Amino acid sequence: MGILGLWNYWMVIVLMMIGLYILIARENLVKKMMGLNIFQVSVIMFWVSIAKVEGGTAPIIPEGVTDVVYSNPLPHVLMLTAIVVGVATTGLGLALIVRIYEEYGSVEEDTLREMDRVAE
Amino acid sequence: MIEHLPALQTVVPMMAAPICVLLRQATLVRIFAIAVAWSCLAIALALLEEVLSHGTISYALGGWVAPLGIEYRVDVLNAYVLVIVATIGAVVIPFPLDGRELRIPRERYFLFYALFLLCLTGLLGITITGDLFNIFVFLEISSLSAYALIGLGKERGALTAAFSYLVMGTIGGTFILIGTGLIYQMTGTLNIVDLARRLPPVLESRTVWIAPAFLVVGTSIKLAAFPLHQWLPNAYTFAPSMVASFLSATATKVAYYVLVRVIFGIFGAAFFFETLGLSNLLLPLSLIAMLVGSIAAIQQTNIKRLLAYSSIAQIGYMTLGLSLANLNGLTGGLVHLFNHALMKGGLFLVVACALSRVASPDLEALRGLGRKMPLTMAAFVVGGLSLIGVPGTVGFVSKWFLVLGALDKGLYAVAFLILGSSLLAVVYVWRVVEIMYFRDSDAIVERDEAPLSMLVPTWILIGGTVYFGFNTALTAGVAHTAAQFLLSLGS
Repeated sequence: MGILGLWNYWMVIVLMMIGLYILIARENLVKKMMGLNIFQVSVIMFWVSIAKVEGGTAPIIPEGVTDVVYSNPLPHVLMLTAIVVGVATTGLGLALIVRIYEEYGSVEEDTLREMDRVAE
Repeated sequence: MIEHLPALQTVVPMMAAPICVLLRQATLVRIFAIAVAWSCLAIALALLEEVLSHGTISYALGGWVAPLGIEYRVDVLNAYVLVIVATIGAVVIPFPLDGRELRIPRERYFLFYALFLLCLTGLLGITITGDLFNIFVFLEISSLSAYALIGLGKERGALTAAFSYLVMGTIGGTFILIGTGLIYQMTGTLNIVDLARRLPPVLESRTVWIAPAFLVVGTSIKLAAFPLHQWLPNAYTFAPSMVASFLSATATKVAYYVLVRVIFGIFGAAFFFETLGLSNLLLPLSLIAMLVGSIAAIQQTNIKRLLAYSSIAQIGYMTLGLSLANLNGLTGGLVHLFNHALMKGGLFLVVACALSRVASPDLEALRGLGRKMPLTMAAFVVGGLSLIGVPGTVGFVSKWFLVLGALDKGLYAVAFLILGSSLLAVVYVWRVVEIMYFRDSDAIVERDEAPLSMLVPTWILIGGTVYFGFNTALTAGVAHTAAQFLLSLGS
C-alpha cells in the first residue's frame, strides 16, 4: 500500500490536527468545543478504518454459507460507545458554556481570563 | 452472591445513581448514598480478603468468557486500589453538603449524590476491569461526572475550571482511545492478559511503538503528572472542598493505577524501561514536579490552591517510585497512593470544615482559627506533618521506601532531593500554621467549632495518617506484595 492506499489514515491525521489546532488557537469556547468534536471524530474514523478487511463484506453471514470474508464488526460497536461518550462530552461542555455566558457575559477565553484577574 | 462480588462492585453504585434522582428528598438521598458507598467499601474489602487468601479472581461479565467477553480481573494491585477508592468514597460521602460552597439549592442535592455515585462507579470500574476499552468507557463516566461536580462550585471560576478540565480530560481520554486502537490493530484483542501474551511477537512493529506514547501521555494528563498538570490547580481551587477532597484522593490515584497497569501489565517493564528508556524521561519530570509543585505551593495565598500545588508535588513522588522500577521504589509509589489519599483527602475536608465558619479560603481569612476551631486545625497540623513526612505519619512510610528505592539504584542525588522537597513542604505547611496560631495571638476569639458531622469524617482520614504511620503491616504489606506481583509479570 502506497501513500494513496492509506488515504483514510491521512485524512484521520489531517482531521486530528485541524481539531487540535482549533483547540489551541481559538479563544471562543464554542469553537474550542467544536475543535474537540473534530478531534474525537477523527479517532472514530481511525477505529472504523482498522476494521476493514480487504474484500470483506458486511458481517452478516447467511445460513449455510461458510466461506464469506467479512469486515471486523467489533470496532464499529466500540465506536458506538465512543460516539455516545462524545455526545455526552459535547452536551456537558455546551451546558458549561451556557453557564459561563450567564455568569461572565462572554465566551471569549481572553476576556474571561482578564475578568478573573480583575476579580482577584 | 459471593462469586458475583466483582460485578456488584460497579453495578451497585451505578444502579444507585438513578435511584437517587428518583428519591429526590435530600435527607433520604443522603442516607441512601451513604449506605451505597459503605456497601461498596464492604465489597472492596471482601475482594481484597479473597485475593490475598485465594489469588487472582477472574469474573466473566454476562457469562462471556475472556477474551471474547469483558473480564473483570481482580489481583493484588487493583484489589488494593479498589479499597483506596471505596474507603475515601465511604468516608467523604457522609460529609454534610454546605450551601455556602455549592451552586445548587437544597432541593437539588439529590443530583449531587447521583453525580458522586456515578463518579465512584467510574473510578471503581476503571480499577476492576481487565479490558482496555472498558477502561476508556469507565474513565469517561468518572471524568464526565467529575467535570460536573467541579462545576457545582459556588464561585464562577468553577465553571471555567470545569471547562478547561473537560477539554484537557477529553484530550487525555481520546489519546487513550488512540493508543488502544493501535494495539488492537496489531493484536486483535482488548483483554489485558491476552494483550500481554500477544504483544511480545509484534513488539518490533512501529505501530506498537506509537501506542505507549499515546497511552502514557493520555493517562499522565488524567494523573496531572508534570508538565500536564495545568488543569489541576484551578479545578481543585474552585470545586466544593468535599469534591476536591474526593477527587484529589481518588481520581489521580486511579490514573496512576492505569499507568502502572499499562506499563507492567500490558507491555512489560522490560519494554518500557529498557527498550524505550522511560526512566530517563519520567525520573527528571518527577523530580521537577516535586520541587516546582512545592515551590508554587509556598507562593499561594489561597489554601485550596496551596493544597492543589502540593498535590502536584506529591504526584511527583508517586511517578518517582514508578520510574525507579525496583521493588522498594515501586512499593513506595504504591503505598503513597493510599497515604496521599488519606492526607490530601483529610486536608481538603479540614478546609471544608473551616469554610463552614469563615467566608473565604484566603490564607489571611484563617487568622486565629487555631483558637477558634482547635479540633479542626489540629487535624490540619497532623495532616501537614504527614505531608512533610515526619516519622510516625504515613508520609514518612512512603518517603522511607522511595529513599530506599533510590539508594538501591545508587541515585544518591535523588534521595537527597526527596529530603529537599520535604523541607519545602515544611515551609508551606508552616505558613498556614503560623497564620492560624500565631497571627494576632492576643486577640480574644470565641470558640466556634465545626459540627460533629464534619469533624468525624475529617478525623477518620487524619487519624488514619497516624494509625497507618505506625501500623504499616496492612498498607506497606499489600503495596509490597503488589510491587512484587508487578515485577514478576513478564519475567
